[in-house]
Amino acid sequence: MQFMLLFSRQGKLRLQKWYVPLSDKEKKKITRELVQTVLARKPKMCSFLEWRDLKIVYKRYASLYFCCAIEDQDNELITLEIIHRYVELLDKYFGSVCELDIIFNFEKAYFILDEFLLGGEVQETSKKNVLKAIEQADLLQENQNEDWGGLSDDIL
Amino acid sequence: MPAPIRLRELIRTIRTARTQAEEREMIQKECAAIRSSFREEDNTYRCRNVAKLLYMHMLGYPAHFGQLECLKLIASQKFTDKRIGYLGAMLLLDERQDVHLLMTNCIKNDLNHSTQYVQGLALCTLGCMGSSEMCRDLAGEVEKLLKTSNSYLRKKAALCAVHVIRKVPELMEMFLPATKNLLNEKNHGVLHTSVVLLTEMCERSPDMLAHFRKNEKLVPQLVRILKNLIMSGYSPEHDVSGISDPFLQVRILRLLRILGRNDDDSSEAMNDILAQVATNTETSKNVGNAILYETVLTIMDIKSESGLRVLAINILGRFLLNNDKNIRYVALTSLLKTVQTDHNAVQRHRSTIVDCLKDLDVSIKRRAMELSFALVNGNNIRGMMKELLYFLDSCEPEFKADCASGIFLAAEKYAPSKRWHIDTIMRVLTTAGSYVRDDAVPNLIQLITNSVEMHAYTVQRLYKAILGDYSQQPLVQVAAWCIGEYGDLLVSGQCEEEEPIQVTEDEVLDILESVLISNMSTSVTRGYALTAIMKLSTRFSCTVNRIKKVVSIYGSSIDVELQQRAVEYNALFKKYDHMRSALLERMPVMEKVTTNGPTDIVQTNGETEPAPLETKPPPSGPQPASQANDLLDLLGGNDITPIIPTVPTSKPASAGGELLDLLGDLNLTGAPPSAPASVPQLSQPPFLLDGLSSQPLFNDIASGIPSITAYSKNGLKIEFTFERSNTNPSVTVITIQASNSTELDMTDFVFQAAVPKTFQLQLLSPSSSIVPAFNTGTITQVIKVLNPQKQQLRMRIKLTYNHKGSAMQDLAEVNNFPPQSWQ
Repeated sequence: MQFMLLFSRQGKLRLQKWYVPLSDKEKKKITRELVQTVLARKPKMCSFLEWRDLKIVYKRYASLYFCCAIEDQDNELITLEIIHRYVELLDKYFGSVCELDIIFNFEKAYFILDEFLLGGEVQETSKKNVLKAIEQADLLQENQNEDWGGLSDDIL
Repeated sequence: MPAPIRLRELIRTIRTARTQAEEREMIQKECAAIRSSFREEDNTYRCRNVAKLLYMHMLGYPAHFGQLECLKLIASQKFTDKRIGYLGAMLLLDERQDVHLLMTNCIKNDLNHSTQYVQGLALCTLGCMGSSEMCRDLAGEVEKLLKTSNSYLRKKAALCAVHVIRKVPELMEMFLPATKNLLNEKNHGVLHTSVVLLTEMCERSPDMLAHFRKNEKLVPQLVRILKNLIMSGYSPEHDVSGISDPFLQVRILRLLRILGRNDDDSSEAMNDILAQVATNTETSKNVGNAILYETVLTIMDIKSESGLRVLAINILGRFLLNNDKNIRYVALTSLLKTVQTDHNAVQRHRSTIVDCLKDLDVSIKRRAMELSFALVNGNNIRGMMKELLYFLDSCEPEFKADCASGIFLAAEKYAPSKRWHIDTIMRVLTTAGSYVRDDAVPNLIQLITNSVEMHAYTVQRLYKAILGDYSQQPLVQVAAWCIGEYGDLLVSGQCEEEEPIQVTEDEVLDILESVLISNMSTSVTRGYALTAIMKLSTRFSCTVNRIKKVVSIYGSSIDVELQQRAVEYNALFKKYDHMRSALLERMPVMEKVTTNGPTDIVQTNGETEPAPLETKPPPSGPQPASQANDLLDLLGGNDITPIIPTVPTSKPASAGGELLDLLGDLNLTGAPPSAPASVPQLSQPPFLLDGLSSQPLFNDIASGIPSITAYSKNGLKIEFTFERSNTNPSVTVITIQASNSTELDMTDFVFQAAVPKTFQLQLLSPSSSIVPAFNTGTITQVIKVLNPQKQQLRMRIKLTYNHKGSAMQDLAEVNNFPPQSWQ
């Protein structure tokens, strides 16, 4: 996978994960163009499209579009499953996840993603293990904060 | 100093902004606060400030001043700091910044941290955005972690290694030892990432590939794991809709593909498991189909036995019938890849593929179209074309050009009959006439000229087509050309194929003039129309004056191209009227040009293609010359070597002789090779210069070869005398002598000759253009014939002259050449 973007129906970016080195300007350009292209798709169209020399796989969940750019040899159908798995993880973690959860807790969305994918590839295929790792890390964070002077557990 | 506003609070505040300006103001205010906070080196809330910065960055605002702060966070001992710091690094830093190198040391330390979650952060960051330098520095640490027994770290290290290898391929070797036991793991995370790592290595290095095939016996291991996944019962941890760990299955299948490619043994070893997966996988959900898809790709790419291949294609065929359009899309893509190699198997699914032309999704339609063209053959052409033409009618504009080109190509290859071919072309031109590529026009014209028996039918259909609508330029161009060529057939109502229509000459000229006037016509189209009108002057009998008028009007056209043509045509009417009919003669059948594809520009020898006549502004000299060249090739096929030098050399401008002067420009004194210098064309046949230059050109003395009377009619007699070259046995020199036994002179006498394809001919300048009456004198002219294949000499001659106040013209064939003249 080269990158993953999450954006709303109005085209507002909610998450961007890049697995290839690009300048900020290039990222902005790609994001803008791709968001436009995907938002212009009609509901009856299939989830895949060719864009530049990449394959784009996208799926809409409620008000959020999940959009991945994969390479030629990657399997489009399994990418749909990857997207779905990520949504399931978010759902389990936040409890019936909605767009607002991801807006207000974007850093957690990133943490979950980073336990599921690494360098654009799936690192853990067990839902349970991903969630366990996040749980443990969160716990570590809380404990450390307590140790370090009893500030409220959400330091952020 | 009050604590900086919380992250969630800021997000809430920013979201209340009602305008872009209001939001920008809030952002600026907060950024200022954050900046001062950074300046004060506030350790406690640094992570909060950076987190806020990351949020604002996602909204699109600059956040570069936070880059160094990320580094400080990473260096901190607090886990929260590290978490935010590494996140910030991945979002704000990239390998272009020099700053990122400062991370290297931190990452190194964290890779050796006591807490696995910190190690995990470091591995993740390195594996996502590590630069080549960082990878080089830290590869050793990654390799160490690849060998750990901690599966949480091992799986991350494997993917980190993948990234390292992608960035610095030379480092691949060092990871080899660590891969030894990777597949013995039970942990699926490690298994999955290991398979990814092995895939990366095998793809990049043929040596690695060979090593893993032979030494590590990778294939049996993978087969075993895959088998377990399929056969084992329900495993809640990895289950997705009844399938056990589809992600791992897909990756294993992909690795098997690479291992089996071009390797018989490996392919055989995986044959059974592939068949098993192909037949047993549940297809009701996307997951199952994802696995089947990967299986099909693998089967098609390795050396699988034919039964397996057929199984694979049938799976794709079933995919085509699936309600899920994603599945259909994927099927079409795969079929497109295999249509060349497994053509017959794919043919079986042709009707389903053709149905996909009607799909609503653009990507599916495009693939279906490409696949349809790949499947067209002599047997299914009629049916397929019907579908494709219907598709052309209804598809989106972005497809029309490609579809039209594809149809032309298919029609050219497989047309069952000429009439069908013409009809198909007509249908495309009328349906998608404005989307047809420019290079299709000369192609089509050539096709039409080749279908001699269809000329009347074609011109009639084209006429009817543009009668209603002359806005589609390619259609109008082809129609104009045809009307110009075959207008006589049109008005004489000669059509056999369908009911001939009643058209008068004036009606034909009406439509051509409308094209000329219309705003929608491009300059090129106008050129076609004007030339067509001009050509009709020799084909129509009643409307020559009207044509003259039209032509003269355009002599002052603003369009330079049109003006030039009109002026030349005017000149043709005024000064060279006697040549007009010769010049505007019916085009000969053109040599077929092989097209390589719809995008190839059709190029033929400039002299023989009519297009230069239509579209390029021809200088006044060579245009009649190229026409005459066509005339000279009347006997079939085109003599590619241009006989006529294109430089109008300074010859005495005698009305009739001018044409002939252009036909041969050798000096009468027989001056040798200075001729090439004055003749720009490169293919000056060398034979003209050799051998005979030292001999007198006119040699009336019979050199042993009997002379013949080539033509004798209406008092005009033409005799041929022969001479063979001593130095070049393929050359025959013919001297013609024209005499006139009537009581009046024959003036403006023009002699033209044409020979079959295998010969080459050169006509030298005649002695004069008047054949005096009462046989008081003759016109002599020399013809040189090159006959390398020693074929029987045949010649067609054309004579034009003025006699007793009227223009005379005659065509004759000379077949009585003595054998000695050509053997």
